[in-house]
Amino acid sequence: MVETLEPAVEPRKGVKARKRRAFVMEVAIVAVIALLLLIVIPPLLSALGQGVRVNQLGRYLALAIAALGIDLIWGYTGLLSLGHGIFFALGGYALGMYLQLQLPAGQIPDFFSLYGVSELPAFWQPFYSFPFTLLAIWLIPTLVAAALGYLVFRNRIRGVYFSILTQAALIVFFNFFNGQQKLINGTNGLKTDTSTIFGMQASDPRIQTIFYVLSVLLLVAGYALCRWLTSGRMGRMLVAIRDDEPRVRFSGYNPTGFKVFVFAISAALAGIAGALYTVQSGIITPSSALSTAFSIEMVIWVAVGGRATLVGAIFGTLLVNFAKTLLSEQFPEIWLFFQGALFLAVVTILPNGIIGWLRTDGWFWLKSVLGRDRLSTYPSLETDPEVEYERENSGD
Amino acid sequence: MNEKILEIENLTVSFSGFKAINNLNFSMDAGELRVVIGPNGAGKTTFMDVITGKTKPQEGNVRFKGRNILPYKEHEIACMGIGRKFQTPRVYLKLTPRENLELSCAAQKNVFAALFGKPSGSERRTVNGLLETIGLANKADIPAELLSHGEKQRLEIGMLVAQSPDLLLVDEPVAGLTDEETEAVGNLLLALAESHSIMVIEHDMEFVRQIARKVTVLHQGTVLCEGSMDEVQNDPRVIEVYLGSQDEADH
Amino acid sequence: MTPILESLFGGLSIASVLLLAALGLAIIFGLMGVINMAHGEFMMLGAYTTFVVQNALKKTPLSDIYILFALIAAFIVTALLGLILERGVVRYLYGRPLETLLATWGVSLILQQFIRSVSWQLMLGIAIFSALFFGALWFAGKRLDFERIRSWLIAIAIPISAAIAWFVCDILAKIYKLPFTKPWFGTQGVDVTAPRWLRGGLPIVEGYQLPYTRLFIIFLTVVCIAGIYWFLNNTPWGLRIRAVTQNRNMSACLGIPTQKVDALTFAIGSGLAGIAGCAVSLLGSVSSNIGQQYIVDTFMVVVVGGVGKLVGSIVAAISIGLLNYVVASNALKPLISFSPQLTAIADFFASGPMAKVVVFALIVLFLQIRPAGLFPQKGRTVDA
Repeated sequence: MVETLEPAVEPRKGVKARKRRAFVMEVAIVAVIALLLLIVIPPLLSALGQGVRVNQLGRYLALAIAALGIDLIWGYTGLLSLGHGIFFALGGYALGMYLQLQLPAGQIPDFFSLYGVSELPAFWQPFYSFPFTLLAIWLIPTLVAAALGYLVFRNRIRGVYFSILTQAALIVFFNFFNGQQKLINGTNGLKTDTSTIFGMQASDPRIQTIFYVLSVLLLVAGYALCRWLTSGRMGRMLVAIRDDEPRVRFSGYNPTGFKVFVFAISAALAGIAGALYTVQSGIITPSSALSTAFSIEMVIWVAVGGRATLVGAIFGTLLVNFAKTLLSEQFPEIWLFFQGALFLAVVTILPNGIIGWLRTDGWFWLKSVLGRDRLSTYPSLETDPEVEYERENSGD
Repeated sequence: MNEKILEIENLTVSFSGFKAINNLNFSMDAGELRVVIGPNGAGKTTFMDVITGKTKPQEGNVRFKGRNILPYKEHEIACMGIGRKFQTPRVYLKLTPRENLELSCAAQKNVFAALFGKPSGSERRTVNGLLETIGLANKADIPAELLSHGEKQRLEIGMLVAQSPDLLLVDEPVAGLTDEETEAVGNLLLALAESHSIMVIEHDMEFVRQIARKVTVLHQGTVLCEGSMDEVQNDPRVIEVYLGSQDEADH
Repeated sequence: MTPILESLFGGLSIASVLLLAALGLAIIFGLMGVINMAHGEFMMLGAYTTFVVQNALKKTPLSDIYILFALIAAFIVTALLGLILERGVVRYLYGRPLETLLATWGVSLILQQFIRSVSWQLMLGIAIFSALFFGALWFAGKRLDFERIRSWLIAIAIPISAAIAWFVCDILAKIYKLPFTKPWFGTQGVDVTAPRWLRGGLPIVEGYQLPYTRLFIIFLTVVCIAGIYWFLNNTPWGLRIRAVTQNRNMSACLGIPTQKVDALTFAIGSGLAGIAGCAVSLLGSVSSNIGQQYIVDTFMVVVVGGVGKLVGSIVAAISIGLLNYVVASNALKPLISFSPQLTAIADFFASGPMAKVVVFALIVLFLQIRPAGLFPQKGRTVDA
């Protein structure tokens, strides 16, 4: 009996060692890429006369943080949110309000006087405080998402219904931010580039460099967080909920809690992304951050890179956004056609995105193109450990 | 062991007027292996839906170990100790059998535990033991979507056991299996019956004969008769329901 | 009495537009579980079709009743587009509703930009591209090893056809200049004027008259619903659609051509969007993003109404329309004037956009009581 147990236990140890090696490898790769982004790429781009691109890269790295959150809920948990602009905007507005309030004592931001408001609305008051703002950037989106998520998930509203409801919520927030001139400057949004932060103007290159570095570091932190969430038991739960939610209940789990949790986490990531993006682009307006198009775009970044692969979310964000910048610089009209085609193409031809494709078919395709064709047989035969075991031991 | 594990009184479930279950009374002793049979549309699956909390009845009582379980949701009932296996195997296809089992086995099923909890030594031993029992030890670490139908059936039974429920509800466990696999599943159920109460819904009479001690026949949402396999088979009402009445057959 | 009547008719006229727009969406969603994000753009195309028909018939004796031709034309144009969308994209994505959502959103982006930049140049380019591409596919389809080379062929044919089309159009644009390259509609909105007999209004009470256009839309909605009811309940294809809505697999087993049913339903649903677009073109200026104004409200109608029953959509549309109007016009102000706080709150929300905030909050509350909508499906099959 003991002998028959052996093959089951032996590979397990091998698996553990391999996992540890893979982990060290991954940390090393992430560190190298982060260092490249921090030290090598900005001077390189400046040297090439493409200094503008550094700012763009910083903004898109911030967007990649939001994409990680989308991947977490869509790629892993199967919740398609079309309203993540809400959380992005909440984070952006939180920081924007703090920056607007960097004024001599007794003054209130200029735009209030346009609408005849002489007293600062009460909900602006806490944003004088820097620690509060830091907290609000991620906590407010988290709480809003948790409340909305709880009300929706509790009733087992899912799939397309959830997507539509998040989009409706987005419209509601847009109407609010867009319509309330006296509270939040309506359509014009909040400008951040002329305010002072850390004793300097926010558009100062040194400040922008700080935020570039912050974007890189927070992206790494966000990646680590999502990696941790998706690798352990939590990750398996999320996949289980995605693939068969009713079944999860009969295993004794309540999916509501898990879904609310992961939705809130992704909202927090979107909030952080919103703050970083806002301060690097100098303004936040309802029509940019709260438009339906922007929220769905976030999904397409993930879809292009590859859902349920965190690297794919980051890669896809950078790829799509640089493509957008380059294309709309050259042919502004074509961008929408291109984006529409991108939605269609990714969904129909590359449902697993670029990274997902590389991990599966693409790898074999590349090999066969390079002339290292491998005979592929019935997949379960290939991966059947019994067959592998026999193969390994047949030589003895 | 004469205490009742499951008692059901005057149960009625209707879907916009159609009574899927009609004034049904049923009880099961602890440690019993019960087989429920019945023609299509007899309300067998709805019956299981009610016990597991998926469907709420219009009337009636369902007591599990003396406790009324109607107000509770599916996951709460599952945690109380009722496990269910579905008609078609429903395992998590993207996870490996080991992960499938660990997920069902975990004692703490809240968000916090999923974040910070690690499977305890005893849990890991249970999972390894179960992988042996269901014969999937060699395929423990490949995605479950690569398993064959029979392997998935066994994996799902394994997941059910991993939950360590007191009452197992098993819906057509041998549908689509070969004869050998059917017998293997039968033996597995018999082995499990030594330490659990089990209710099996089945169509395959060969299989029912292999495992059944006591059989309940459902028809049109009510219990038609109950008894040993032989009693049931010779009951004229059962013959009528299953084979059609002799008069009709003559025509 | 007057404010109540006023809000009743005001709400009803909003509701009728909503219902007309949601009808097609609800049928498609009920049948296939697919939300067509391009539904709003189909409405927009219907509105532009109305504009084109109006201009085409302007100098003819038919100009007084152009709206009837426009309705038919809008239905046909959008139904055909719906058919193309279903056959070309949606049918490959059945069972993946979220992906369908994204794909149809892509289509809606393309349609929006298309309307803005459509010109003879673009149309000719598309025609040349389609002729070359599909011609090449048809030609290669005769070869025996077509399946093997198919993906390669597509990958090669698309860029080559696109390049040729681009090149030809570029040359023609240099020769014929503006008449050839000028956008038909441009980014500015276009205006549809109602025919003479629809101008003015029906005086209901002193100081309030119901515009004839609104009455026409209410009438149109009633006709469309009656038509759909008749079609679903009294024709063989209607029966098939109902069968597939209830149980797709069983219907397929019984020999119902589910693919044809899907295509037909999608075409009819899209055609209804065209009619809705024709209707809204009477209410104001038509621009390329007109669809976006209506789409979210129509989604809400589907969510509140529930799947598979038209009655649900009707009740939902009327309630949402009424609620929207009552909150936005602050019609209840006289009733709550006793409390200054309540009045202040009502004033705060008394505008079109802010009314939507209230409506959304109420919908979320409603879903706490009836998560599956007003008329949910019952039985074992749900959520299996």
